[in-house]
Amino acid sequence: MNTFRILVVDDETDFLETIVNRLNKRKLDATGVTSGEAAIDVLKEELYDVVLLDIKMPGGMDGIETLREIKRIQPLVEVLLLTGHASVETSIEGMKQGAFDYLLKPMKFEDLLTKMAQAFEKKATHDKKIRDAKIQELIRYPSRVFDQEKK
Amino acid sequence: MKLTHYKNLRLKLIAITLAVSIGPLILLGTAIYYQFGKLYQERIEDQIRTLARTQSNAVDVFLRERTTILAMIVETQSFETLNNPENLSKLFWQINQRAEGLGLVDLGVIDKEGNQLAYAGPYNLQGLNYYQQPWFDEVLRRGQFISNVFMGFRQVPHVIIAVKGVTGNNSWILRATIDSEILNRLVRSAQVGTSGDAFIVNRDGVFQTSPRFKGVILGQSKIETQRFGEGTTVIETREDSGDIRYIGGAWLKDREWMLVISQIAGQEHGWMGNARNTEIMIIATGCVVILFAIVLISNTLVRHLEQADCEMNELNSQLIQQDKLAALGKMAAGIAHEINNPLAVIGEKAGWMEDLLAEEEFQNSENYKEFAASIGKIEEHVDRARKITHNMLGFARRMEPRLDDVEINHVLDQTIEMLSNHARINDIEIVKHYTDRLPIIASDQSQLQQVFLNLINNAIDAIGSDGTIDVSTGMEKEYIRISIHDNGPGIPEAIQKKIFDPFFTTKHNGKGTGLGLSISYTIIEKMGGQISIDSHEDQGTTFVVLLPLVLPEKK
Repeated sequence: MNTFRILVVDDETDFLETIVNRLNKRKLDATGVTSGEAAIDVLKEELYDVVLLDIKMPGGMDGIETLREIKRIQPLVEVLLLTGHASVETSIEGMKQGAFDYLLKPMKFEDLLTKMAQAFEKKATHDKKIRDAKIQELIRYPSRVFDQEKK
Repeated sequence: MKLTHYKNLRLKLIAITLAVSIGPLILLGTAIYYQFGKLYQERIEDQIRTLARTQSNAVDVFLRERTTILAMIVETQSFETLNNPENLSKLFWQINQRAEGLGLVDLGVIDKEGNQLAYAGPYNLQGLNYYQQPWFDEVLRRGQFISNVFMGFRQVPHVIIAVKGVTGNNSWILRATIDSEILNRLVRSAQVGTSGDAFIVNRDGVFQTSPRFKGVILGQSKIETQRFGEGTTVIETREDSGDIRYIGGAWLKDREWMLVISQIAGQEHGWMGNARNTEIMIIATGCVVILFAIVLISNTLVRHLEQADCEMNELNSQLIQQDKLAALGKMAAGIAHEINNPLAVIGEKAGWMEDLLAEEEFQNSENYKEFAASIGKIEEHVDRARKITHNMLGFARRMEPRLDDVEINHVLDQTIEMLSNHARINDIEIVKHYTDRLPIIASDQSQLQQVFLNLINNAIDAIGSDGTIDVSTGMEKEYIRISIHDNGPGIPEAIQKKIFDPFFTTKHNGKGTGLGLSISYTIIEKMGGQISIDSHEDQGTTFVVLLPLVLPEKK
């Protein structure tokens, strides 16, 4: 498994810490934050591949709002929703907003890893396509490299 | 309790309707009956009164006529003329000749000493003295006199009519005899019908004419004449036979005599009795018909009511079951959510511990295996709890069934295939009795599969080992009927009602969540179907699923 960067967002610190630890143990670059706002702040500064986002977070931004904001800042990041909530509607809403998939808490860690790998794969494919497109563009119009440098 | 309730209701209905319908009928009948009787009585009384009056008038006229004739003779003829027997005979003959049927038996002239001076008639009464006779004085005193019927010298019942004549200082009497047979004949014409009698009695109740029935002329009639008032009176007496006899009396001859008409009620007026009987019969028939109708109507009504009640109860219990499920669904969702988070933490912590155990320093530790086993157990039980809470969430979730074209037999086949291994291990044979060519319905295949899986799995668990499960399909009205029968120990009646309740389970701790049947119930109910149980101890259990025939849209 290729290593990739993961941002875990959950207000349940016990859960958050453990997940981050377990992910790190598997040589994944995982970071944890406890609120939607913190997640947005982090994402403004750094690039991530996958965000594990708890939908139900009391106070502040809720999951769906956070998701929308994440997608605005980093459209290419794949978001995996986590929910302990009964209503699947929220999850469906999340999927509509561009989340990759959802998982019902408590989940099996293996399932989580699989889903994340899939999300990363999708993201990687996506990135590759964009890169390829850029390379194509550069081959056709080499001078644009300089245009970009000017920016 | 319910049963007696309906019985009471039925009785109450019958009693009230009976009272309301038959009561007035009987009242009306009674009123008509007595009205009839009264009318009848009045009619008879009227008839008898009229008859008595006319007949008494006739007798009065008869007697007055004869008295008038005698008086006329006395006025017009001199004593000397009449005292001559030859003249008297001639006169007697002339009277009888001219006025036939005047009924004079004889004619005689009597002086004031009572000696019969002259006599004309069939008997030899010349020279008899009447001075001692009670009527003699009466004639001299009153001028004229009509006697009661008496035997007289001749020992034949007769009536005497006598008129006093006065010539100068000499008083004398002209006397005629009337055979009472004439009176008999006169009165007999009023003897109507088979029981009607007509006769004359004097003031002492002595027969003056021969009655038709009991009694003879001059005998005592037992009629209490003082009971009869002025004019014409009708009284009622009761015969020994029970019949009512009407007796009408009309006074005549200055209240000396009374003409009596007697008649037994009912006999001469058979139509009256018939009318009464017919009326009673009509009312009785009416009552019987009404009774039948009321009983029939009440029975039908109560039966319908009972049925409606039954249906309502069933509906109610279904509603209660649905309410229960809905309320529990909400609660389950809340609980599941609250539990899921800590459960997730526990799970992850255990996972983390497991991860750490993989490090070398722990591998060689003394209790490594114990730790690993404990962590494994924790994870296993978190997994179990996870299944339960996810089940609860699934139960609470209002998922609209996805509509596929479903072939029930096929779905059952798939389900049985899934369980066949499990069944074989336990020596359980699954027998299929399918009805071929069941219509394809629009339903949710996976949800149906979940239900069948649950039911057959329960059947296997119920049998334990060595038994048969019979799965059959068929049509029942507008439903497809799937029945799953096992020959297990059956479900005690006491808990049959609870088996669809959430979290109710008969399985050992940890083997079942008690959600399977309630989820099945919810699924089938949402599809518009029904699921029911028929179980008898030692005879096994049958679950019947009815699915509505929702035909897929033509594509």
